[in-house]
Formats: sequence, C-alpha cells, structure tokens
Amino acid sequence: MSNNTEKFEQLAKVIEEHKDQKGGLMPVLQEAQAIFGCVPLDVQEIIAEGLNVTLSEVYGVATFYSQFSLEPKGEYVCGVCLGTACYVKGSQKVLDKLASELNIEVGRTTPDGKFTIQATRCLGACGLAPVMMINDEVYGRLTPEEIPGILAKYQG
Amino acid sequence: MDLFRAHVLVCGGTGCTSSGSAELIKRFEEQLAANGLDKEVKVVRTGCFGLCEAGPVVIVYPEGTFYSRIKVEDVDEIVTEHLLKGRIVNHLVYKEKAEEEETHTTLEDIDFYRPQMRLALRNCGRIDPENIDEYIAFDGYKALGKVLTEMSPEDVIQEMIKSGLRGRGGGGFPTGKKWQFAAASKADQKYIICNADEGDPGAFMDRSILEGDPHSVIEAMAIGGYAIGASEGYVYVRAEYPIAVKRLQLAIDQAREYGLLGKDIFGTGFNFDMYIRLGAGAFVCGEETALMHSIEGGRGEPTPKPPFPAVRGLFDKPSNINNVETYANIPQIILNGADWFTSIGTPGNSGTKVFALGGKINNTGLVEVPMGTPLRDVIYKIGGGIPNGKAFKAVQTGGPSGGCIPAENLDIAIDYDSLTAIGSMMGSGGMIVMDEDNCMVDIARFFLDFTVDESCGKCTPCRIGTKRMLEILERIVEGKGEPGDIEKLETLGENIKKTALCGLGQTAPNPVLSTLKYFRHEYEAHIYEKRCPAHHCQKLLNYVITDKCRGCTLCSKVCPAGAITGTVKEQHVIDTAKCLKCGACMEKCRFGAIEKH
Repeated sequence: MSNNTEKFEQLAKVIEEHKDQKGGLMPVLQEAQAIFGCVPLDVQEIIAEGLNVTLSEVYGVATFYSQFSLEPKGEYVCGVCLGTACYVKGSQKVLDKLASELNIEVGRTTPDGKFTIQATRCLGACGLAPVMMINDEVYGRLTPEEIPGILAKYQG
Repeated sequence: MDLFRAHVLVCGGTGCTSSGSAELIKRFEEQLAANGLDKEVKVVRTGCFGLCEAGPVVIVYPEGTFYSRIKVEDVDEIVTEHLLKGRIVNHLVYKEKAEEEETHTTLEDIDFYRPQMRLALRNCGRIDPENIDEYIAFDGYKALGKVLTEMSPEDVIQEMIKSGLRGRGGGGFPTGKKWQFAAASKADQKYIICNADEGDPGAFMDRSILEGDPHSVIEAMAIGGYAIGASEGYVYVRAEYPIAVKRLQLAIDQAREYGLLGKDIFGTGFNFDMYIRLGAGAFVCGEETALMHSIEGGRGEPTPKPPFPAVRGLFDKPSNINNVETYANIPQIILNGADWFTSIGTPGNSGTKVFALGGKINNTGLVEVPMGTPLRDVIYKIGGGIPNGKAFKAVQTGGPSGGCIPAENLDIAIDYDSLTAIGSMMGSGGMIVMDEDNCMVDIARFFLDFTVDESCGKCTPCRIGTKRMLEILERIVEGKGEPGDIEKLETLGENIKKTALCGLGQTAPNPVLSTLKYFRHEYEAHIYEKRCPAHHCQKLLNYVITDKCRGCTLCSKVCPAGAITGTVKEQHVIDTAKCLKCGACMEKCRFGAIEKH
C-alpha cells in the first residue's frame, strides 16, 4: 500500500505541474500511465478534480487514444508490428504463433500476468521486417518458428 | 576545437539502433582507447543513412568506406586494420549482391545512392544530431539569420510561393500559399505547428529527419513563425518515436541556449519559442484539425473545414501547420533561392521527395529522389528489385489512403499529379512493394481493417461505411464471397469518398477501389472460383501430399482434424472435406512433400 501512496503523491505533483498549462490533460494522462502502468477510474477521478474538468472529459480522452489502458498490462508486453511492410512479409503468422504459444487472444494478458500480446502500429523498423518488440527489446527478421525460443527467455 | 584524422560514423537511427548500433559505438570507443587512437579518431552517432537493409551501417572517413551489417565482433578488426594500419577490411564492406566479388567502397559507388538527391535528408547520416555546432557548421541557422536581417515577412512568403514547394505530408498543398493565408489573418497570437504524427504504416522519413537533423525543423519553424507572425510553435510527435522525441527536445534546449529560440533572436526583436506535444496512438491525429484538438488536450476528432486553421486553428487562433519533411526543405530554399529549387524536379512539382521503400524489395530503406523520377528506377535501380527471383506484382503508395500501382504503370514519373491520376496518391511517401505471393484482396482487407480500427467514429460514412466494406472483404477472403459483392464495394467506396468528414474517411476506400481497378480478376477468382491466385488466403487453399512423401506419419499426427490418412512408409492422403487448412502438416513435413494449391 505504501508503494501506492507514493504513486499517488507523484500523480499529485504531475497535476500541479500541468494545472495551468494549455492542453495539460494529455501530458497528465501520459505521465499517469507511466506511473501506474494504466489509468484506472480512480486515477481518472483524481485527474478530473485536479485539473478542474469533468470526469467524462477525462474518460473520453483516456478511451480515445490506444496508448492509454484502463487495465494493467502484463510484465512483458509483446507487440508484433502489423505495419504494411511487416504484414506483407508475414507478421500476421508471427502474431498468430505468439497467440497460440501463450494461449491467449491478441490484446489480452496471460492469467499469470506475465505476458500481454498486442498488434502494434508501424514501429518504423521496416528494414528489419517482420518485427516484434518485447518491452524495449526489438526482434527483427522473425519467423514463427523462432517464437517459442524467444518466449522461453522470459518464462524462466 | 580538436582535430581528428578520421571519423567513424555509426548510424543511430531507429532501424540500426534496433539492430545493435549503440553497442557498436561503445565497442568502437573502447577499442580506440585501447589502441591509443581516441585522440586521433572520433566516433559520431549520426541519423539514418537510409540503407536500413544493410544495417547497422558504419562509414569511416576520410575514405568514406561503407561497412554494412557490422557486428560487435567486427569492430576490433576495423579498428586494428583500418584505423590503425590503414587497410580497408574488404570482407566487411557493403556488397550489392551476396555473390558479388567486387566491393563498393564508398557511398557514391553504390547503386542505392547514385540516382538519389538528398535535400531533406542532407544532414542525416552526416552530422551528430545531438550537437548544434555540427548543424551550424553546415550552414545551419544561416537561413534564419538571412530571413530576420534581410527579408520582410512578405518577401519570405513570396519566395516560398515562387519555389513551388508543396506539402510533403501527402496533400501537396503549396506551402507558400498556406503561409500567405495565415499571415493575412489578424490576431494577437498565432501558432506554427509541425505535424510529426507520422501514422502511415511503412513510412518513416519524418522520424528519420527528427532523429538525424532536428535543427532543420526548428530553424524552418522559426522562419515560418516570422513569415506568418507567430511567436509560438508546437511539434506534435508520435509517442512511438522515443529517439526522435529525445533528440528534438535536446535540439530545442540547445537552440534556446544559443539564443536561436527565445526572445530577440539575432538582436532583431523577433521572439519565437517552441514546445513538443506527444501523441498517444491515434492515426486520425495526423489530420490537421484533429491534431490541433489533441494538442488542446481533447479527443483527437476532426472538425469540418472551413474554418481553416489559417483562420481559426489551435486554441481558436490562426495557425499554420506543415509536415516535417516540408520544413526540412525550407532553410535551403531560403539560402539557395526559389529558382534553384524549381530547377529540381518537374514543373509544378519542384524539389525532391523522400520515400520509405519496404516490403518485398532487396534494398529496404529511405530514399530521396527528384520529383519526376520514374517509378521503375526507384524499384529496380535504387531498390535493387524483388528478392528470391519472385515477380513484381504491385507497389502500394500513400498508405491507408493510397492505392496499389500495378506493373503496367511502372514507367510513370513520380509526382503528386501522376500518382493521383492513376488512383493512388503520394501520401507521406510510404512505398511498399508486393510480389506474386501477396494477395491483393487480402491487402485491401488489411488496410480496411486498419481504417476501421482507427476511425474516430464521429461521422457515419467512415464509422459504419468502412466497417461494412471490411465485412464484405472478410467474407471474400474466407471464400464466402457472393456475386454482387464487387459492385457493393464500389458503390459504398464512392459514397464514403464523397461524404466522409475528414481526409481519413474520404481516402479510406482508395486501397479497395484501386485494387478493384487493377486486380479485379483476383477478386473474381475469390468470389466465383473460390480460389486465391496468390495462394495466400488460407481458407481457399487445398493442401496436397505429393510423391515426395516418405510415409513418416508425422503429418497425420499433427493434423487437428484427423484429415490425413495413410500407412507407414507409404504416401499419405489429405481428405479435403475434413481439412481445416491450418497448414500445421506443411509446417511439420521434413521432406517438403506437402504443397498448397
């Protein structure tokens, strides 16, 4: 719980910093997402109060952008690029393999909270297509056969 | 200032960073120090060199030796052989084809670079983007100085109009005209905005410019601010571009420190400062009105035009918005003059355009060519053609708003007007090559899937219309297409184009309409013959076991439907009625005995 108190204190500081800034809601949500890993309703309520806007406005923005998540994500977020360059080079097969290996649907998190699978927008590493990112680690020129080996590194 | 006898340029763009260039820099620095060369040789992390396929790329000057796909283990050899003993390490030098004996040692020798003309990318791969002095050494901020001390705002606008520069973000609207409109609006506060929300999948030129030459954008925005009478600027960048954001912020800080941003710039009384705003993953925010609403902190939904941003834009004030690549051209136009710029390219399409080549092509990367260059030259001369001896089928330009260009149009000259004339568009410059294995119906489905996901939902044609189109396409690729589907797609597409609120919706049907125009036979094969000519659509495939089968029984064990039967050491058979077309058998077969038809 003490950990959480710390996070809420951080949030209060962020709100204070952006309170008088034009268009401050987006930066506050972005920082809240970084602090908590997601922006659940109780966090949104605090932001609404702090910035003196309605909760519906905060919720509207939080649900509009794909970067904001209302639920926590897994420890490792596996994002397979479904940009055009990756897609024509077979990234859908990589994504399918990942989903069948972890036995969850794309967009979901494993029950143990370890992995989340996402289909991401173009990561801009088209020279390495097809590309997958696990947190900040980039895996390029992938084939579906490599997926089990890569996952094993994180399952340990 | 220290002088060095040699420079090692290591690409620090996103592509090369992903393939490990940061470790290379560390290793170079360690090895140079270990060999006592750290006072003689300087390691520079530059922006993108463009040839991402060959990454990580390292260039050693003064020779200009082009090393490609360098691994950490290779660094020691380059240091001890090339930098210590002066002998080029031939086996690490870039080769155009794997089997080729002769190596091309310098940039100018390489086919990928020879037909190119780098204006917007001039400093990418040449300077350290994190050091303002290097930008200044290559005439940086000279154009801003010239504008502030020698030209009136009206002079600047006239020069821009004369140059014929058109918006590089895709629309192709004349930049000078845009500035003229914004300058004409009277207000106590105006804004100048840079659209760096590069959402078109497969396009990464804006990111590369921000990563490789951020000061060119800052300088151009200050020039624009002076021309239209704005004292504040915003750069709206995708959050997916962390390196670009970091370098741009660093560049802004350095420019402030040097007095090139802030109050009384060059002692002329001109004030200008700028800020970064991050996107949060919404493609529609590339649309200018949506982008401004997002900077305001709201939902990034577009609003009808008029009023145009030049009249009422960000925070309800007159605003001018241009794209990153457009800005990157501006300092040179000011320095070299509009006549110089119009001498490049074709009439009405002056200058160059950057393209991101990707997909089924040998040289993936970033290329910049004069407008009017034949498409064939970009694909074959620069791009090196299609890998694995496959046949070229189409090139997709303009991303989810563009279209597919078939082989018979390969000889068109690339410019805004010719691409629009054949049903595609320039867009931001993504150029994805497809070969015979790509199904064009599935590609159309892929793009519709993208627009349906990214539609903001504000207007009905886009929210519901694109969804209906996607449903039809999904049926077709699953072998459930019906007569009349093609006509329905055409009617829906034309209506959405005419009635959607913003650019996203108005262009969303383009990938379908252009593939219907050039690859109608593929749609017909799916619908009437239940067959995918490219052998791509799983549900329309028939798996067959050939006489290469040794009867190992592995396939019959992995088949989830029990569709494969046969006795040990004899050729097995697939019951097509039971087959789920999952492809598991083909994946497992060790003898290549299973084929799909």
